[in-house]
Amino acid sequence: MDSSRRRVLQLLGLSALGLSVKPVLNAFAEEAEQQAQAQIKRGENALSAQQWAMVVDTRAFESEDDFAPLIEACHKIHNVPVLENKRHEIKWIWTDHFHNAFPGKAARFLSEEVEKRPFLVLCNHCENPPCVRACPTKATFKRESDGIVLMDFHRCIGCRFCMAACPFGARSFNFRDPRPFIKETNKQFPTRMKGVVEKCNFCAERLAVGQLPACVAASDGALTFGDLYDPASEVRELIRTNFTIRRKQTLGTEPSVYYIV
Amino acid sequence: MLELAIKGSKRYYGWMTFLLAVIGAGFLVYLWQLDFGLGITGLSRDASWGFYIANFTFLVGVAAGGVMVVLPYYLHDYKAFGKVTILGEFLAIASVIMCITFILVDLGQPMRVFNVFLYPTPNSVLFWDTIVLQGYLLLNIIIGWNVLEAERNNVHYQRWLKPLIYLSIPWAISIHTVTAYLYCGLPGRGFWMTAILAPRFLSSAFASGPALLVLLCLIIRRVSSFDPGREQIQSLAKIVAYAICVNVFFFLCEVFVVFYSQIPEHMDHFKYLFVGLYGKGAYVPWMWASLTLMVIGIILTVNPLTRKNEGVLAVACVLIFLGTWIDKGLGMIAGGFTPNPLHHVNEYIPTLPEIMIALGVWAMGFLVLSALFKIAVGVKEEVRA
Repeated sequence: MDSSRRRVLQLLGLSALGLSVKPVLNAFAEEAEQQAQAQIKRGENALSAQQWAMVVDTRAFESEDDFAPLIEACHKIHNVPVLENKRHEIKWIWTDHFHNAFPGKAARFLSEEVEKRPFLVLCNHCENPPCVRACPTKATFKRESDGIVLMDFHRCIGCRFCMAACPFGARSFNFRDPRPFIKETNKQFPTRMKGVVEKCNFCAERLAVGQLPACVAASDGALTFGDLYDPASEVRELIRTNFTIRRKQTLGTEPSVYYIV
Repeated sequence: MLELAIKGSKRYYGWMTFLLAVIGAGFLVYLWQLDFGLGITGLSRDASWGFYIANFTFLVGVAAGGVMVVLPYYLHDYKAFGKVTILGEFLAIASVIMCITFILVDLGQPMRVFNVFLYPTPNSVLFWDTIVLQGYLLLNIIIGWNVLEAERNNVHYQRWLKPLIYLSIPWAISIHTVTAYLYCGLPGRGFWMTAILAPRFLSSAFASGPALLVLLCLIIRRVSSFDPGREQIQSLAKIVAYAICVNVFFFLCEVFVVFYSQIPEHMDHFKYLFVGLYGKGAYVPWMWASLTLMVIGIILTVNPLTRKNEGVLAVACVLIFLGTWIDKGLGMIAGGFTPNPLHHVNEYIPTLPEIMIALGVWAMGFLVLSALFKIAVGVKEEVRA
């Protein structure tokens, strides 16, 4: 190749590179100048805590019917779809037998009524959550302000590592588009798309406007919600005065849902 | 050298067309999955990983197995393997490409995959897995390509490759270690929660990878004028023999710990896989087949009489490859998810669409492998001529 032609081409290439780099530098300069900082203001009525926790008084529930309003309230406001196919099922809060909710804790012979009674299970909003450790994109994270384990449905890539990491089976995956299976869409809360994981969020959106979680509100006092680190809180009072257990405590995840049996 | 991949016999073109057809079929089913969601698979909220991730895990092993020809040649100066190192490196490239594709087809939102790099999360093992896999792919492409080109030009390969070659050896170990860490660090998954998982993965990798290489060497000898060599094949076979013995030994170590301690959370998964749990046991015949295949593989590869007979050796390698595939590619993932954390047994059975997509990915890997091996063999024939 002609050496002068090569030189011209080199110069052209370098100039093109220079031109493309300039706007990038500009962009950096502008950002520094404007100091645009997003601010998130707390709502006036927002409830706050160091670590939200729940106490379930299991003695107050006898049958599935007692739980139905709680589950219904949660699934309705969170646009949880009803899917016929069990493989596609999505649930945030549900019930199971004692030996399923507390595997390893069930004695060979159990009190008859404990054996019969259903137990409420949901995300434990662990203080040391393995799902948060596993997520490769920080789509699931522990909110520092109040300890709720939250999800960013828009960032989730659907790898489902969090589902493998959760020892409580608290997470569901959208195996198909959930929208056609939502009976009545609540416009106050986002619906999800196919291919992302979801779970209970301790009603972070309700706490932000000063309301207690939907299941707690619908439980007629059988569920209590409050700050685990406030010695004067109602949950601490219940934990102090009752014998409580937690699910799979030996795993060290420090679940924030306590059960009075 | 790429031109060597597109100049071939009718048989070569026929084989590549067949693979393209399988890839095409798999891709069409994948488009369906992309449209509908992962609901077309057998996965559920209990078994949230399945066939894709299991095949991914197995293939990380095959990729790591490639190091078994690289290590003796470069670290121990075992000259005979100089002839076949390129085959190990190219096998690693094809395997890692399959691994990455299996991860991609498993994602619920594949178009968001770059979030992994946009929001790097060092506490996630999956983040590290993407890094080590891509690093291993890059290392093998750079090393394999340059060494082969140097061979073609009858010169010594570039000096700067040497540190990369040395780096690629521990890197091979790392890819399968990190892959094991995906599973063994999860609380509440008793089946995987064992420190021997990574060593077990590696031993099965060093059996399955070289076993496949033996088979590929035998095929190359038949279809080309390049002979990988009897000594080379026998040395590989010895590696397979040791590795499969160690693999079964590690498995028995795990069985002892689980069944002597009698801790239900660890025992129930083994029971589910090998004898069934609560009347459910879809994997029982598979798991026993896997063990049987591996034991026959040991007998045939350890015994010098059978190992030295290349026909019998080929059979042994097929058995070992299948045995380790069932162990890792079927049982390892499904067994870990059953019973689920609430002790329900909801079985995971892969669906036909899922299997077709997986076959498409395998075909893609073999397409890459065939093209790369075609190049390597072409260069070897050229140099010899």
